[in-house]
Amino acid sequence: MSFFLETLIGGLMAGMLYSLVALGFVLIFKASGVFNFAQGAMVLFAALAMARFAEWLPAWTGIGNPVLANVMAFIISVAIMFAVAWLVERLVLRHLVNQEGATLLMATLGIAYFLEGVGQTVFGSDIYKIDVGMPKDPVMMLESVFEGGILINKEDFIAALIAAALVGALALFFQKTPTGRALRAVADDHQAAQSIGIPLNRIWVIVWCVAGITALVAGIIWGSKLGVQFSLATVALRALPVVILGGLTSVPGAIIGGLIIGVGEKLSEVYLGPMVGGGIEIWFAYVLALVFLLFRPQGLFGEKIIDRV
Amino acid sequence: MRIRKLALATSMAVLGLSTVLTAPAALAQAKEQFFPVLSYRTGAYGPNGAPWANGYVDYLKYINAKGGINGVKISFEECEFGYATDRGVECYERLKSKHGGGTAVHPLSTGVTFALTEKVPVDKIPLVTAGYGRSESQNGAVFTWNFPLLGTYWMAADVLIQHIGKKEGGLDKLKGKKIALVYHDSPYGKEPIALLQERARMHGFEVMLLPVAHPGVEQKATWLQIRQNRPDYVLLWGWGVMNSTSIKEAQATGYPREKMYGVWWSGAEPDVKDVGDGAKGYNALAKQHGAEPNAKIVKDIQATLHAKGQGTGPKEEVGQVLYMRGMIAAMLTVEGVKKAQERYGKGKWMSGEQVRWGLENLNLDQKTLDGLGFAGVMRPVQTSCLDHMGSAWARIHTWNGSKWEFTSDWYQADEKVIRPMVMLASGRYAEEKKITPRTPEQCKQ
Repeated sequence: MSFFLETLIGGLMAGMLYSLVALGFVLIFKASGVFNFAQGAMVLFAALAMARFAEWLPAWTGIGNPVLANVMAFIISVAIMFAVAWLVERLVLRHLVNQEGATLLMATLGIAYFLEGVGQTVFGSDIYKIDVGMPKDPVMMLESVFEGGILINKEDFIAALIAAALVGALALFFQKTPTGRALRAVADDHQAAQSIGIPLNRIWVIVWCVAGITALVAGIIWGSKLGVQFSLATVALRALPVVILGGLTSVPGAIIGGLIIGVGEKLSEVYLGPMVGGGIEIWFAYVLALVFLLFRPQGLFGEKIIDRV
Repeated sequence: MRIRKLALATSMAVLGLSTVLTAPAALAQAKEQFFPVLSYRTGAYGPNGAPWANGYVDYLKYINAKGGINGVKISFEECEFGYATDRGVECYERLKSKHGGGTAVHPLSTGVTFALTEKVPVDKIPLVTAGYGRSESQNGAVFTWNFPLLGTYWMAADVLIQHIGKKEGGLDKLKGKKIALVYHDSPYGKEPIALLQERARMHGFEVMLLPVAHPGVEQKATWLQIRQNRPDYVLLWGWGVMNSTSIKEAQATGYPREKMYGVWWSGAEPDVKDVGDGAKGYNALAKQHGAEPNAKIVKDIQATLHAKGQGTGPKEEVGQVLYMRGMIAAMLTVEGVKKAQERYGKGKWMSGEQVRWGLENLNLDQKTLDGLGFAGVMRPVQTSCLDHMGSAWARIHTWNGSKWEFTSDWYQADEKVIRPMVMLASGRYAEEKKITPRTPEQCKQ
């Protein structure tokens, strides 16, 4: 039982991170109808900026305090992600208003390759370290209840808490603030939103900025866990089955979907993996998402599309 | 009419003059020994691929700086393939015929090795897989063009089991033990399984197989299984980011790093440097060499290339584990060319076929290696028709938190265990591909 709980908790904590990245997909899709394939590349780019500036700043300025260096690197990385958002709107989206969804998807594919290439050219392609003081050793809990207790990875636990806090903040931002309402209005109908004076271009910049911040936070968490290197871009794309499952337009869907996928892939690898030779968790997440789609094509919380004939 | 004749005469004169001027230059330009370089400096495996490529290229530059291979200059061209098998084959196809043909090709990928094994006999280019590739290709009677110099994965797994056995007080003490193999789910990662199963049958231990999907950044479930089953030892057969992720997950699940043993592709600086103290005590196989910053060859390369701004990559990485491995791979090929020149003409350009003979008749004794600047770095290498590996020695090194340190004596893989497996697997391959193994007489040719 304790092992099952360990696997379950491990899955939930991994799932929380998937939710965070999935939220980046959902935010952009809701506001602009663009399926942002570059979200993974944004995670890598943001993490590279954070890692490298945290390393460069002490050398350039003589700052000895690592906390201060990290805070400054974070601020610079946020500014970089805002600049990326502005450039994407200015150079790509603005010219593709009212184009087919497939065209916009292709444009984000281009942005993904561009960010991956430029990121590695500017910041380097080695493995870099983000050290924000996350604890690395595990902790045993409930030793009196279960034999041997339950092992919890402190780093995963803190990462899940940060992700949960950010997800909560974003949900509130969407539901309760005027900008959030404007974002939702744009998501519902571009033309209607424009007709009541909502500036479409500004909204797109805001939403890409928000997606940039979620990418940065995800990049810092994963970068701290895995080291900052190219694979972060592919790790972030593991949130794809989450949006398939949760629905592309639903914030709660991204959260619940992330948790289901996180738990599903860990349980499948541990309990089904040995029967089929192992290594199944990556594709099993997609199988799980596709099974859900058989019953709810719009995803768990996605909007049902009904067209009049 | 007169103008046409004038134009024609002028053209002829220009053509004639240019021929006269360029012909001696062309004649004077000796043929260069071309080395195609398949590399990956970007992508998920870039942090590990780049230092290998730096070492490989630096050694070629160093040989040129010293006058070439008995006067024959080396040229090379890199092709980036991102550790993707299809792109690796594409790079090979693009480079194989350039500059009169490749001297030898090092794919630095077991997947690409599998793909090229049937191509190289047709193109007549030796396929050197120093420390990777197909284990059965040690048998040169069947795999005429493959050279897994200095080590195969069967050899690596054999040495690791010998070491673990020694730690336990003898191979017979392995009975009832559990050894987990955490491996990259690819031809590379699967390669040691056959040997481990054979050793498990011999000594009565249990092998637990745990594949990790590319690129290896998600291993939580794998390490939960390790925590559940509590193996006595974990063997790590990873590459790139998979290695550091494994060590971090071991730390996160409380598995002792002292009980972990990586293959030689899981025991370099990029695998441990961002893990910090968490990697302390982690062991890996050293393919003879470890990090060798004080080796004579390293100091020579620093002085000849990096001090003059002509080196490849960061100079502080010169002498690190993967840099050394790339450099040794280049050295073995250059020595193969030299050996071929002994037979086919000193100071002459060597074809792929001639280089193949040179690689098959390598005989680098300790004196020669010391003279090349490799004293203390590696042991003698002697290849033959039946042994394209040339040496079966390895040792263990351990990460002490800041650098790799040798922590064992030398081990030699057990020929009695490996040879029958090599003969069986290569025999099956020959049968499947309808290859008639070379006879000892044919080998001498």
